[in-house]
Amino acid sequence: MKFFKYIMVGFLFGFGAYKLEMISFFRIYEMFHFQDFHMYGIIITGITFGIIITQLFKLGFVKTSKGEQKTFNPKAHTWPRYIIGGIIFGMGWALTGVCSGMMFVLMGSGYTVFGVFIAAAMLGTFVYGMVRKHIPH
Amino acid sequence: MEMLQSIHEVLSQPWPWWAGGITIGITLFFLLYFGKEFGLSANLRTMCAADGAGEFSDFFNFDWQSQGWNLMVALGAMFGGYMAATYFSPDQEAHISQETVISLNEISKDVPGSQLVYGEVPIVPAPTVEKADIPDFWNLYSWKSLFSLRGFIIIVGGGFLIGFGSRYAGGCTSGHAISGIADLQLPSLVAVISFFIGGLIMTYVFLPFILKIPF
Repeated sequence: MKFFKYIMVGFLFGFGAYKLEMISFFRIYEMFHFQDFHMYGIIITGITFGIIITQLFKLGFVKTSKGEQKTFNPKAHTWPRYIIGGIIFGMGWALTGVCSGMMFVLMGSGYTVFGVFIAAAMLGTFVYGMVRKHIPH
Repeated sequence: MEMLQSIHEVLSQPWPWWAGGITIGITLFFLLYFGKEFGLSANLRTMCAADGAGEFSDFFNFDWQSQGWNLMVALGAMFGGYMAATYFSPDQEAHISQETVISLNEISKDVPGSQLVYGEVPIVPAPTVEKADIPDFWNLYSWKSLFSLRGFIIIVGGGFLIGFGSRYAGGCTSGHAISGIADLQLPSLVAVISFFIGGLIMTYVFLPFILKIPF
């Protein structure tokens, strides 16, 4: 039962992602060609609410369900990984029109070939795990 | 009963962009409230670890069972997608701009019968129950497509880039663009700008050629 709340949160996110057409190859193409405001509206409002919510937790106005102060892990300020890794991720995002959250939503929506996509993504993560000591971070 | 019907009707309309802020905001709020993070690509590492990848690299030697909650978020997202697609999307369309339709048709202009019509673009490039007659050119998310070079690059190549890139960059769209930037982390802003650089290179330089591979 302890997992039920996470399934509910995921459900809401997946439902919204589909209805907002965030799972759409055509919407992602449109975003990268700057032809409509839709995706930018989602990102901008998402970040705006996100900043407010995160600050409420950081400043202690809201505690976690256990009554504890939520802690955040600052990200290391080393740049190559964010730039090179980010470019690789972005290329995948524009190629298939799918990011790592949307692949689950599409799989559930009945596009079963995304089982192969998820397996390929696991392979990509696995290869990263194998070579990470040899590439710049 | 009438109220349920009207809720169903409202939810079945195409959602405006500002609903994105609400959806993402609620998701982030509850995950933080439960003491967790919002970042879906971390699941790929967990899934590798659960399959025994720890034998090959220390990167996968971690307490992956403690990440079960995030797999449940992904599972929930699958259910959510299923419900939205099956019961709440009567037209199954991507309501993209006319400009986008024109530029997509520019890519496929040499392939007869593959033009998309503004106002009737399917939500994803694949046949659906409502739109079974999608042109072959735009049939990308299917098993048939997987067994063509073009489809293989898009499904397997794209998946590999997503899996490799998200772990290398330490996060994906949810982890960096939402969680990281919301926490005012400079590395996340750099990552998101890099996502866009990579995306622009792909969509302008490589994607038109990949889509035009005839087999």
